Amino acid sequence: MSRVPAAAETIRARSRLRLPAALLTGLALLALTAVALAVGKYPVAPADLAAILGHRLLGLPLRVPATAETVVMQVRLPRVIAALVVGAALSAAGATYQGLFRNPLVSPDILGVSAGAGLGAVLGIYLGLPVAPIQALAFLGGLGAVAAVYGVGLAVRRHDPVLTLVLAGVAVGAVLGAGISLLKVLADPYNQLPAITFWLLGSLSSVTLGDVAATLPMLLLGLVPLVLLRWRMNLMSLGDAEARALGVETRVLRPVLIAGATLITAAAVAMTGVIGWIGLIVPHVARLLVGPDYRRLLPASLVLGAGYLVLVDLIARNLGTVEVPLGILTALVGAPFFLWLLASGRRGFS
Amino acid sequence: MAPRPARRRALTAALILLLAASGGAAARPFTDAAGRTVELSERVGRVLAAGPPAAVLLYTLAPDLMAGWVSAPHPEALPFLAPRTRALPAYGRLTGRGGTANVEAVLTAKPDLIVDSGSLGPTYASLADRVQAQTGIPYILLDGSFAKTPEAYRQLGAALGRQSDADALAAEAQSLADTVDRAVATVPEDKRPRVYYARGPRGLETGFAGSINTELVEAAGGRNVAQDGGGRLGNVSPEQVLAWNPDVIVTLDPAFAAGLRADPLWRDVRAVRTGRVYVAPLQPFPWFDAPPGVNRLIGLRWLAARLHPDLFPQPMPEVVRAFYGRFYHVDLDFGQADALVGPTPPGGPPGPAR
Repeated sequence: MSRVPAAAETIRARSRLRLPAALLTGLALLALTAVALAVGKYPVAPADLAAILGHRLLGLPLRVPATAETVVMQVRLPRVIAALVVGAALSAAGATYQGLFRNPLVSPDILGVSAGAGLGAVLGIYLGLPVAPIQALAFLGGLGAVAAVYGVGLAVRRHDPVLTLVLAGVAVGAVLGAGISLLKVLADPYNQLPAITFWLLGSLSSVTLGDVAATLPMLLLGLVPLVLLRWRMNLMSLGDAEARALGVETRVLRPVLIAGATLITAAAVAMTGVIGWIGLIVPHVARLLVGPDYRRLLPASLVLGAGYLVLVDLIARNLGTVEVPLGILTALVGAPFFLWLLASGRRGFS
Repeated sequence: MAPRPARRRALTAALILLLAASGGAAARPFTDAAGRTVELSERVGRVLAAGPPAAVLLYTLAPDLMAGWVSAPHPEALPFLAPRTRALPAYGRLTGRGGTANVEAVLTAKPDLIVDSGSLGPTYASLADRVQAQTGIPYILLDGSFAKTPEAYRQLGAALGRQSDADALAAEAQSLADTVDRAVATVPEDKRPRVYYARGPRGLETGFAGSINTELVEAAGGRNVAQDGGGRLGNVSPEQVLAWNPDVIVTLDPAFAAGLRADPLWRDVRAVRTGRVYVAPLQPFPWFDAPPGVNRLIGLRWLAARLHPDLFPQPMPEVVRAFYGRFYHVDLDFGQADALVGPTPPGGPPGPAR
């Protein structure tokens, strides 16, 4: 039991806010966003960009080509906003799940969210539905998968609840993955199969303002409990018995946190397809930078995840004519950086 | 693991013995497009296609010899198919990573020959060897590229003992391609419309120049806007499409085409503004792609007429009736042909048109 005061002590020591660092990070994120809005395949002069933003924000008169305005307002802006919120949300969900399950290998799809959302989307493509129902099916699939896993967790009472949830997530994920494979086999190999493959790899390439408007409320709804309860997450990560000894009602807290993180992940995957690795790695990078205290780890994950996905998407859409799927880049860029950070011996994990 | 020549030879020998023992017809050597020599029985009575492009090729030449389809025809395709072939069973794909056919079911169908059409690369040649070794059924591989269509007909004709039918179809395919070729050759390179092929639910998947999926674009006298993607399928951003600003969009998806004018991402693209969005007809086999087989012959004529309406004054429904009678073994009435082609765009109201 001596761990608890020690941990509390560490947490207190590290919790002094470093204002300059936070300010600097915020400015860097802003600069990155500006670059992301300015750069792309369709040439938009910086002056035109300024004029378009000035028109939209301040109502200044606008004299630029209509297509330039479309590119900035309908293509880049939704894309950048989506990258910011999806990156932030997946990272926050990852950080939450890692603390909740006290396991550093956990990512937001631990409870089968991605497999469920993937199956929903693949079913939509297989049935030849338009984009909006495909996204709706993906969203419902993600929520359904976690509901199934949670249902198993409630039904099985003889084992450690955390372990039950993880194992049920693995099993349900496998069944849903088999469903995806089955539909791939049944799909028309010349038309549907490539579409399915591209969808499952994740991309922000055709996110619209409508998508963002539909997804944003769900992302925020999921984020609010995580941000408000981040102090309690410190206690949850100590384990059920300790947390309960410190007066945390884990039986209430866990479902609330799981629901929040699940809502976030399902909404994100429904909009963008499966973007792996970000929710696994960004929380670790944040932990190496600011330590394990969730009061700072969660905001750090949010900001880092947002910036990271904007950056990766910037690379994805400027590397070549072909868009590199984000899931590939997040792994290729993220994993080596994470290994470097790990090897360079910064702060510990716990 | 590639089969060793010795084993292949042994299997071939076993096959010949088997045929001799069953009192079957004498075998004859046949060299396929990949340079593989296969022993075929003198009279080929039942043939199975290994993939969708081969199924279309086989259907056009010898619907009476088909033992089955690769995948069951879509209900909407049925009126456009010869009655005898409408209810044939589906056996799945016999080759490639996506092979779904059940080998035992294939054996039960007792085909005398398996035909595949597509890439002739070592992967497909060795897959053909493997299927042949496993089933003991002769398996021939034909060149699936669009330019080699007449040759594929002649080879298949030789394999099936339908030489004169095959020569006739080969000649028609050649003349169709030549007609289009001669007409569009008069259009200078920089006057050819720039074409974007929109695939996928969002239309942002495309075939880059050199891919088998977009062979028709250049053949029909257009220029594929998607140039440097290494000749394969890939995703592009809406911004990229806007930067390309294609003159023409070709798609297989009527729903996608219908939504373009209201879509802020697409409405500024020149093709959408000027109403040059063309949905390739789909029945009984898609005209433009999917599968990239001989079904593209009529698609070539169609796309060329869409890209250069002044060069092809003959009404499309007439062309379609002649082609469907000759290649698809169905007599369409004018209503069917009209419905298939859809409203004719030149001079008509701009909007998605077939």
